[in-house]
Amino acid sequence: MTQHAITANWLGSGLVVYLAWDGGWSEQVADSFISGSAEEDAWLLDIAGRAADARIVVDPYLIEVTEQDGAAWPALRREQIRAGGPTIAYAPDATVLRRVA
Amino acid sequence: MYRYDRYDTQLVTERVSQFRDQVARRLDGSLSEEQFRPLRLLNGLYLQLHAYMLRVAIPYGTLSSAQMRMLAHIARRYDRGYGHFTTRQNIQFNWTRLEEAPDVLADLAKVEMHAIQTSGNTIRNTTADPFAGVAADEIEDPRITCEIIRQWSTLHPEFSFLPRKFKIAVTGALDDRAAVKVHDIGLILRRNEASETGYEVMVGGGQGRTPMIAKTIRDFLPKDHLLSYLEAILRVYNLAGRRDNKYKARIKILVHETGVDRFRDQVEAEWAALRKTGPDLDPAEVARIARFFAPPAYDSVDSAGYRAMLFEDQAFADWVRANVAPHKQDGYAIASISLKPEGAPPGDATADQMDAVADLAVRFSLDEIRVTHEQNLVLPHVRQSDLYELWQGLRKHGLATANIGLIGDIIACPGLDYCGLATARSIPVAQRISRLFSSLDRQHDIGELRLKISGCINACGHHHVGHIGILGVDRKGDEVYQITLGGRADENAAIGKIIGPAFASEDVVEAVETIVRTYIGLRQDGERFVDTYERVGQKPFKEALYDAD
Amino acid sequence: MLIKNGAVAEDRWIAIDDDGELSGEWPVIVSLARWRKDRDLLQTHNTPVGLRLSSDDPLDEIVPDLDRFFLIALDFPAFTDGRPYSTSRLLRERHGFTGELRAVGQVLRDQAQFLTRCGFDSFELPGGSDAEDWLRGLDSIAVHYQPASDGSAAIPEKRIQL
Repeated sequence: MTQHAITANWLGSGLVVYLAWDGGWSEQVADSFISGSAEEDAWLLDIAGRAADARIVVDPYLIEVTEQDGAAWPALRREQIRAGGPTIAYAPDATVLRRVA
Repeated sequence: MYRYDRYDTQLVTERVSQFRDQVARRLDGSLSEEQFRPLRLLNGLYLQLHAYMLRVAIPYGTLSSAQMRMLAHIARRYDRGYGHFTTRQNIQFNWTRLEEAPDVLADLAKVEMHAIQTSGNTIRNTTADPFAGVAADEIEDPRITCEIIRQWSTLHPEFSFLPRKFKIAVTGALDDRAAVKVHDIGLILRRNEASETGYEVMVGGGQGRTPMIAKTIRDFLPKDHLLSYLEAILRVYNLAGRRDNKYKARIKILVHETGVDRFRDQVEAEWAALRKTGPDLDPAEVARIARFFAPPAYDSVDSAGYRAMLFEDQAFADWVRANVAPHKQDGYAIASISLKPEGAPPGDATADQMDAVADLAVRFSLDEIRVTHEQNLVLPHVRQSDLYELWQGLRKHGLATANIGLIGDIIACPGLDYCGLATARSIPVAQRISRLFSSLDRQHDIGELRLKISGCINACGHHHVGHIGILGVDRKGDEVYQITLGGRADENAAIGKIIGPAFASEDVVEAVETIVRTYIGLRQDGERFVDTYERVGQKPFKEALYDAD
Repeated sequence: MLIKNGAVAEDRWIAIDDDGELSGEWPVIVSLARWRKDRDLLQTHNTPVGLRLSSDDPLDEIVPDLDRFFLIALDFPAFTDGRPYSTSRLLRERHGFTGELRAVGQVLRDQAQFLTRCGFDSFELPGGSDAEDWLRGLDSIAVHYQPASDGSAAIPEKRIQL
């Protein structure tokens, strides 16, 4: 059964966020609420839509995730990169972020 | 270079206020995202994979040290300490915050810069030869034309909601370093039999999903009628360009579907109706703009010391060989700054590096810098007697890699590491190729080889016009890479041909090695890669790549 | 809600459906289809007649009849559809239309300046719009590089005047 989470970007800063277990938004994908059914998907989208209307986030959408030790990890490469940051060292002081493959 | 007068300044300043107001209305809810999005794009602000990305315009790739220092300041103050120079002579900042974007634009306005129309379905940055004004084979500095077009196209009320984006490039030299033939409109400065200067007008070039070479619709257009002719082309496109399908909306599709002769007739008919009897722009205004591009006061230079250093310092000589081009003024040189050090993301520069380039430009290049569409920088006015000191200054900041035009000088879009449109990563592939060919001796032996990588079919890496082009695509969740050969961005522009099935990520770099070895084995009489390819065709390369298994 | 000549205005025009009855009392706006069907009737209509054109309607067809119309409304099917900007300029500059040029359909307040500079005198605001906000948007940027249909001087002209 495909599991999903909700991702979006903070409206103000643009950084990537995930709808978390506590109903708030977290920049860590591991904090994502993982949905296990179509009904839960719809419910999550509804919450996210209201957060978009309230100008907290922008462009929320569902992503496919797998569960690793209870924590969500995206199934698609694109979303893995969104979660982990660029797969290359990109700024003079930035540490290399989690590699994708 | 051009300096704003009070009107240019007023426009840019009021534009910042307008955008500040739009952002405030987005943040307070008066504007929905759907309404805000096109407004945000008209100011170059994209929502990308990790954050908002701001694309700042560098008109025809020319900037001053003060402007470069401001870009460094923006990188430090608002971003993560670096920026990315693009294949359209612009710069991108990857971590801009929407809330701060108006402040970024306000800072840019202080140094006569902006992000107007760097995105959206409008006329984008008009690009030019990065050696404009200093190349020996130049008829006229194309940047005068570019500045005229820039002003005419900025906030043009009729052409701000085109079917799709619109890109214009201008070249003023015999060698086309502006890739005009793969632009929506390409203008080539020409002289007619009466020695008057005008333009050959080409339309309908482009890359992306359906790459095409532009077609000439007018052999010679007198300079006086440039703007009215452009209006005619844009109006025909605005009214007839497809709006039903985003992938068929560029002018190249309209020209293709209409047929170039019929398209030309439509443009000429529209132009005949809209042109005035006199020149489109008052000659005094043209002269005013042209004055900003008059050649600087060059000195006489004693190059004896420079020539001696070429013998004494091999590393310096290697750098000169690859990175220094002849200047039209005796004793001067055009020095390229490679933003492709081994293993680094192509085209990126740190804030410190930007400041270093600004300082070096003041000391050695009459305060002028250029950005190329191959993601490098240029110092256009360097005395030969200063080259050695310049080179040492560049080395201190990792800016002296001697690989311009060689295989290490890879052009790559940001790809899936940054870009929301991408289907595969491009930077890691560039890094691995760069490391494989790290030996400068080997790079020089291989000779001129323009390798370009795109992370999706939109082709921002210009892979279609790479001698070797690589396109990253997604095949059932895997990143695979298609190779094309024989593309060219110069006056003999050509679209590269796919060589065969795509390569897995772990095999593509070796495939490039195989291609290079095949070329070395076949080349004759100092042929460059692209010359050998044109002589022998695809067959030997296909066999080397695919038959070996 | 209507903005005309830089101020909120009362809309005296009635848009008539293609099969609606032609009113004898009010100025009426009809579609091109209706104009084609009832041209003779409309030519002798006792109140002013206006024409509403979609972005797909051919301009050439109605050019001979331009002096019949007191108003032409150009419809924007989406705010991203830029065709009416060209059509408007052609009507004003090529064909000398002097009646009211109205922008209807999907227009954003931030497009208002582009609209006036292309020759529109009025805009029908989408439902729920804030008219005051629209008026504020009308002169966000007071200078422009290109000639405008409203006769104001473009930057190159201002430079020469100095």
